[in-house]
Amino acid sequence: MSWIYLTSGLFLGWSLGANDAANLFGTAVGTKMLRFRTAALVGSVFVVIGAVAGAHGTSKTLGRLGAIDAPAGAFMVALAAALAVVLLLTKSGLPVSITQAIVGAIVGWNLFTGRPTDLKTLGQLVSSWLISPLLSALIAAALFGATRAFLRRLKVHLLEVDAWTRGALVAAGAFGAFSLGQNDIANVMGVFVRVSPFPETTRFGPFGATSVEMLFLLGGIAIAVGICTYSHRVMLRLGSGLTSLSPLGALIVVLAAATVLFVFGSPDLQRLVKACHLPGWPLLPVSATQAVVGAILGISVVRRSGIRTKVLGQIALGWLVAPVAALGIALVGLFVLQNVFELPVSAAPKPAATAGAVAGTPVS
Amino acid sequence: MTILFRRTRALEAQIDQFLDAVSEGCLVFEQGIDDYLRHDEASFEERRKAIGIFEARADELRREVETRLYAESLIPDHRGDVLGLLENLDNVIDQAKRTLGQFEVERPDVPEDLAADYLALARACTQSTQHLVNACRAFFREITAVRSHIHKVYFFEKEADRLADSLKRKVFAKDLELARKIHLRYFCLHVETLSDRAEEVADRLAIYTIKRTI
Repeated sequence: MSWIYLTSGLFLGWSLGANDAANLFGTAVGTKMLRFRTAALVGSVFVVIGAVAGAHGTSKTLGRLGAIDAPAGAFMVALAAALAVVLLLTKSGLPVSITQAIVGAIVGWNLFTGRPTDLKTLGQLVSSWLISPLLSALIAAALFGATRAFLRRLKVHLLEVDAWTRGALVAAGAFGAFSLGQNDIANVMGVFVRVSPFPETTRFGPFGATSVEMLFLLGGIAIAVGICTYSHRVMLRLGSGLTSLSPLGALIVVLAAATVLFVFGSPDLQRLVKACHLPGWPLLPVSATQAVVGAILGISVVRRSGIRTKVLGQIALGWLVAPVAALGIALVGLFVLQNVFELPVSAAPKPAATAGAVAGTPVS
Repeated sequence: MTILFRRTRALEAQIDQFLDAVSEGCLVFEQGIDDYLRHDEASFEERRKAIGIFEARADELRREVETRLYAESLIPDHRGDVLGLLENLDNVIDQAKRTLGQFEVERPDVPEDLAADYLALARACTQSTQHLVNACRAFFREITAVRSHIHKVYFFEKEADRLADSLKRKVFAKDLELARKIHLRYFCLHVETLSDRAEEVADRLAIYTIKRTI
C-alpha cells in the first residue's frame, strides 16, 4: 500500500521535470543552441546524480516546515502540489514553481491536522522566493558584463564563440541539472522521508543505499521522465517568451540559476563555508524557475533591453497562485482521504481544536 | 581542443577567403579601369579575366559557407544575418565584374581630359568596398570596430556621388555628340553603382551589428 502512496510524489517529480528542469535548458533550446534531445539526456543523467548525491540538506528544511508522518498525508500533500502545478498552470504553458506549490500543500497539511507551522522555516522559505531570483539576477548581470568585456578584449571569432558556447551550455546544463536534483528533490520526495517504504538499506551487489537515497533515486528518475516527456513546450516558452536572449545570454542564465540552486542546496559548500569560519545560510529548496527568471531580468537590466512585462506579470501571478492553489487542494484532498476513504492523514489523532489551528500556532 | 575547433577554424578560413576574394576583386576593378583609360588593352583584358576568377571563387566559397552553416546548425541566431551579408557582398563583386565587362563590350570613348575624373571615381568606389570588407571582418571578430569602418564606407560613397555628379556635369558641358555624352554618363553611372552596392551592404551590416550585442 505504501508504494501506491509514492505515485503522487512521482507525479510531482514528473511535473518538476516538465517545468522547473525545463527552465534551466529553456533558453538554450529556445535559441536552438542545444537540441532538445541533448538537453534532455544531460538533464536526466545529472538530475538523478544530484538527487542521490547530496540532497539531504533541503529535505530537512521541508521536514521542519511540516513533519508529515502518515503515508496518506504525504501522498495528498505531494498530489496537491502536483495538481496545483499541472492542472492550473502547466496547461497554460507558463513556467511555474513546484517549490511554492509544495510549501503551500505542506502548510495545508499543517492546517488540516492542526500541527504547528514553523514560522521561522516558512519565513526562510518565503524570503528565499525573493532572495533567489535577486541573487540570480546579480550573478547573471556580473557574468554578462564580464563575458562581454572579455569577448571584446580578446576579439574572438563569431564562429569560435558559437563553438565555445555550445560546449559550455552542455557543461552548465549538467551543473544546473545536478544542482536542481540536489536542491529540488526535497520538493518531490521530502514529504515521504518519514514514511519511506524502502528498507533501511538496499543492496546492489557491493553497494548499499539507504532508504532516503532510494527514495531520492526514484524521485530523480521521475524528474528525468518529466524532462524527457513534457518539458519541450515549456523550454520553448521560456526561451523565447520573456525577452530575446542570445546563446551567450542563455549560457549565463543557466550558470547563474545553477549557481543559486547549488548555493542553497549543497551541504558540502555549507560545510566548506563553516570550515572557513564564514557566516552560513540555511539550505533551502529554491525554485529553478525563479532563479532563471531572475537571471533573465539581470541580463535585461545590463543590456537595457525591454522585458515583456505582460509575460513577466503572468509568471509572477503563477508564483502567487501556485502555493494558494496547492494549499486549497491539500485541504480538500486531506478531508476526502480522511472522511471518505477513512485513511489516516497523520500519525497522531486529530486534535479537537483543529478548526482553530492557524499557521504558527502550536496546538500540542 | 584543436580537434574541437578544427572544423570551426576551417569555416573561418573560408569566410576570410571569401572576403579576400571580394576585396581583391574590387582592387582589380580599379586597376582594370585604370588600364582601360590608359588604353593598355593587354593589361585590361588580364584584369577582366582576373575579376571573373575572383567572382567565381567568391560564389563558390559563399555557397560552401552557407551550406556548412545550415548543415552544421552553426550560429543559429546570426545565421540569417551572415548569409544575407555574404550574399550582398557577392553582389558587390558581381557589380564590379559586370562594369568591367561593359567597358569591354561597349568600349566608351572617354576624352583624355576626363580620364582622371573616371579614375578618381573608380578609386572612391573601390575605397568604399575596401572599408566594407574591413567592416565585415570586424563583424566576425571585433564588433566594436564595425561602426568605424561603416562610417568610412558612407564617406567614400558620398565622395563617389560627388565625383560622379561633377563628372556628369563636365561631360554634358563638353562639345560632344549627345549620344556620346549619354554613353559617357552611363559609364559614370555604372562605376558609381559599385559604391551604392557597398552602401547597401553597410546599411544591412549596421543593423546586424546592433543585433549582435553580445
